Amino acid sequence: MSVWLTMVVCGLLTFALRLSFIAAEGRVIFPRWFRVVLPFVPVATLTALVAPDLLMPHGALWLSWSNARLMAGLVAIAIAAVTRSVLWTLLGGFAALALGSAAMG
Amino acid sequence: MVPPRSAGQEFWAGVGALAPLLVGVAPFGMIYGVLALASGLSPTAALLMSSILFAGSAQFLFCQLVGAGAPVAVVVAEVGLLNLRHALYSAALAPHLAHLPRRWKLALAYLLTDEAFAAISRREAAGQSGPRQHWFYLGAGLALWGGWQLATAAGVLLGARLPAGWPLDFALPLTFIAIVVPLVRDRAMLLAAAVAGLIALTAAGLPFKLGLLAAALAGMAAGWWAVEKIR
Repeated sequence: MSVWLTMVVCGLLTFALRLSFIAAEGRVIFPRWFRVVLPFVPVATLTALVAPDLLMPHGALWLSWSNARLMAGLVAIAIAAVTRSVLWTLLGGFAALALGSAAMG
Repeated sequence: MVPPRSAGQEFWAGVGALAPLLVGVAPFGMIYGVLALASGLSPTAALLMSSILFAGSAQFLFCQLVGAGAPVAVVVAEVGLLNLRHALYSAALAPHLAHLPRRWKLALAYLLTDEAFAAISRREAAGQSGPRQHWFYLGAGLALWGGWQLATAAGVLLGARLPAGWPLDFALPLTFIAIVVPLVRDRAMLLAAAVAGLIALTAAGLPFKLGLLAAALAGMAAGWWAVEKIR
């Protein structure tokens, strides 16, 4: 039940953001800090999600060659930097995870 | 100057301007569909989210947070942060839509996405806007909406057939890596990413997944600091 509630609230909030200035009809000047911070939002939000997935796959910090998710993540970062493609990053990351998991037994 | 075009011509020009972007959007939508199921959403919820939220990266974020058991307030705050940029698009489009009736404003606001905004901005930069350009916006917006719904549905169908043992949850961090890495073009971005990552690790023990929110805000603050204070 709370999934639906969360979804509807997120949807309404997103719609409100999209409608905000269109409804206000005005020409708006954003404060400088807002325009400076905005480009950093996706990088900060998404990195915050990725880091624990790679470095804490079981809830505690695991800095080791045998952490297959960490190694596969590093491979994926390299592939993303070179190809800039979601598809290749996914394929390469999964391939690295499969190889790593097989190697670790 | 281009002669004024009919509503139909404008609409199809909008569809045509958006169509090439669907090549990138379609796999993204399919991956979302697969992942939504893997993170525990029902097929109905996964499909309806594409209409209710209609925002690619926010839908991925939603799956990740809900799958991790984050409370409503944290999910809403994170999705709101990630979607703040839509307010910027809204401000950019507002002067062009000011003369339209309310139902047009509501519809075009609902259809306002990264991709639709990109198509609209490119057209304005080319100086091709005309008196019926809201039909162009509608065409671009609906083309993306339709493409996103189809891609999502394909992903949900596919996800329901994949064997349960596959580590599909790993597709989420991989997708985020693919989004973030090309954005890290300078040292300010790198600093923002490093700070967000470090805080996320050190604050992972905080209740209600508040560590994620703290990490995102800290990363944004670091980026702001790098831009404003270092030069």
